[in-house]
Amino acid sequence: MDFNDTPEEAAFRAEVRAWLDANAQRLRADEAAPGMEERGTPGGVKRAQEWQAKKADAGWACMTWPVQYGGRGASRIQQVIWNQEESHYKTPPSIFAIGQGMLGPTIMAHGTDEQKQRYLRPMLRGEEIWCQLFSEPAAGSDLAGLRTTAVRDGDHWVINGQKIWTTGAHYCKWGMVVTRTDPSAPKHKGITYFIVDMKAPGIEIRPIKQISGMSAFNEVFFTDVRVPDSNRIGAVNDGWRGALTTLMNERAAIGGGAGGPDFEDLVRVAKQSDWDGRPAFEDRAVRQRLARFYIRAKGLQYTAYRTQTALSRGATPGPESSIGKLVGAPLRQEMASFAMDLLGPAGALMEGAIVPDDAVWQLSYLGSPGLRIAGGTDEILRNIIAERVLGLPPEIRVDKDVPFKNIPTGSQNK
Amino acid sequence: MNFDFSDDQKLLQQTANEYLSEHAPLSVCRAVLESEAAYSETLWKGIAELGWLGTAIPEEYGGAGFGRLELAVLANEIGRSLAPIPFASSAYLACEAILQFGSDAQKRHYLPKLATGEWIGTFAHVEKLGAPGPAAIATKFEGGKLSGTKVPVLDGDVAHFAVVTAKGGAGVVTVLVDLGGDGVERTSVRSVDPSRSMASVRFENAPAQPLGSGDGWAIAQNVLDRAAVLMAFEQLGGAQRAFEITREFCLGRYAFGRPIASFQAIKHRLADLYVEVELARSNAYYGAWALSNESPELNVAACGARASASDAFELAATEMIQLHGGVGYTWEYDCHLFYRRAKLLGLVLGNAHQWREQLIERLPA
Repeated sequence: MDFNDTPEEAAFRAEVRAWLDANAQRLRADEAAPGMEERGTPGGVKRAQEWQAKKADAGWACMTWPVQYGGRGASRIQQVIWNQEESHYKTPPSIFAIGQGMLGPTIMAHGTDEQKQRYLRPMLRGEEIWCQLFSEPAAGSDLAGLRTTAVRDGDHWVINGQKIWTTGAHYCKWGMVVTRTDPSAPKHKGITYFIVDMKAPGIEIRPIKQISGMSAFNEVFFTDVRVPDSNRIGAVNDGWRGALTTLMNERAAIGGGAGGPDFEDLVRVAKQSDWDGRPAFEDRAVRQRLARFYIRAKGLQYTAYRTQTALSRGATPGPESSIGKLVGAPLRQEMASFAMDLLGPAGALMEGAIVPDDAVWQLSYLGSPGLRIAGGTDEILRNIIAERVLGLPPEIRVDKDVPFKNIPTGSQNK
Repeated sequence: MNFDFSDDQKLLQQTANEYLSEHAPLSVCRAVLESEAAYSETLWKGIAELGWLGTAIPEEYGGAGFGRLELAVLANEIGRSLAPIPFASSAYLACEAILQFGSDAQKRHYLPKLATGEWIGTFAHVEKLGAPGPAAIATKFEGGKLSGTKVPVLDGDVAHFAVVTAKGGAGVVTVLVDLGGDGVERTSVRSVDPSRSMASVRFENAPAQPLGSGDGWAIAQNVLDRAAVLMAFEQLGGAQRAFEITREFCLGRYAFGRPIASFQAIKHRLADLYVEVELARSNAYYGAWALSNESPELNVAACGARASASDAFELAATEMIQLHGGVGYTWEYDCHLFYRRAKLLGLVLGNAHQWREQLIERLPA
């Protein structure tokens, strides 16, 4: 038992580091990685695309993809090593993860040869950015309850409806949209999956203002949007299979949310905060809370090491990786709330001049509720662990064999 | 990254699992619980013959010459089976203390007999209610004689010798005492888990010899840290078994026309329990790494492993009764064996609060 690379992994890491040293600037110890704020701004998109192209030219982009699509057929552990090393350099935050991590693998699994030839390489190079059009106002955790319709018109389909929580819709070239094509079939049987041009007439994108005041997501409205049948992924009314491929890749991709303040930052707050003439850090109850946070954070870190070890030994990550988000997201929220408690009444302030670290804890307090919902709520993750890890019976689905049009939906409040 | 046990260590664990499945079903634990016996002598002899007690003892002292990782996988299986034997006292506490701090003569005297199971050793530390600190130790060591009372002492009624903390000279010392010798009076005391034995041990000018030199309190802390990591694996084994039995029960128990394991109220609790056990396992692995590498991080790693495992086992045992419903509260069902053991193991090396406080105390500045 050790934390070391195998000789092959160490050699690969050295190769990665040498290339990064030559092509990017290493972060100083006290320097934070470029923030997510710049993500999606015109300058940020351009910088991210330039960096992605550079990586692609050198063979570091989408390394786990097959060679025929521009990857190098690398192992997952090699991708982990790349990610670890890249995080130590000043590189633009990626805006390609949804395409490369979720939609690309879906096209590989369910797309036609023409689709693979047309879309995968520009996706890998970052020339074309992709978004995912899944959730709807009345279809979140119950995604298969989606109501956006697609109706056939010759060799085209006409899409009408509304999607929500779409990351990056405004700077994306392509989107992948799940639609209802047969409302008389049971809910999972009448869904079809399409690639849609985000600049097509009839698409309207409106940013959503989150409780943090930021806008990382959009609503996307479809009004008579025409999509050629050649953009269909998989068979008509069989889109749920493709959607599941996308979702499974999403869970592997979304962690507790990287970055943000950590345990050491919290200890610093506890040492700085004066509680009746003494640092809060000396209070026994404070120390109990700190220890609990430490043990959970470390438990997660060492769980990730165990997963990494399994990858290193050639295993594929399974649904047990849901633990990372199920524990990490609430942990982040609780730590933020506790940091604010430590600051006393001033903890309520967002004045960077008064509270520590440019109000990072207050921002985390407002941002963290979203982490517990995005990409599978805490409750859905518990279902996944219960059913797919522990083998407990699936939920009883009263809407399973009912024609979709007869299922009540959304708020039925009068 | 190689943060897992090796194939050989997993094979050892598998072998141990098979042996204990056959020789230590829960009825063995129950038999000790329901009798006056302090432990199962048959099982003790069995695991001694397999060489488990000498796992971490070097071959020159009659052991198998393996390391702490091998001992950890065995501890996990001992925990799974709720084995009613003084394994923790002998193999985690007494043995680790002598291996770390004993003179060569002491090692030659004690280790071979610990390895064969002929002798049982233990650690006698606590004297009063509460969480022990150096000031709470009133037992005195003067002129080679020990006087005072230690209670509770795990397996103190059956152990052949004990490592004892005492006031000596300017501070705390640790000493070795033959519990069958002069000046020792010991009484079994009842505990919440009668499948493990506890005693009150009174010393009156009992002959004793110093173990190690220097600050005895630091020695005691180190012994506790080492034992805490190994005990965490025993607790994890218990938690895992409690979880598995509960899962099976919920799948087979029908109410309202369906298995209760199909209700989200139950599924989510089992998912949460699974998560707590896995987090505790990860913290225990880190402890095992630190222990087996003699890392300076052991002092923090032990705290995390211990607090996490204590909480996980108690949660598992508590949920076990609750999810079994009424039958879980009966003497006939095995839930109470886990509930009792979880609390006893969670207390014998100090409670989770104490370990959390120590964790913060020991964090690098």
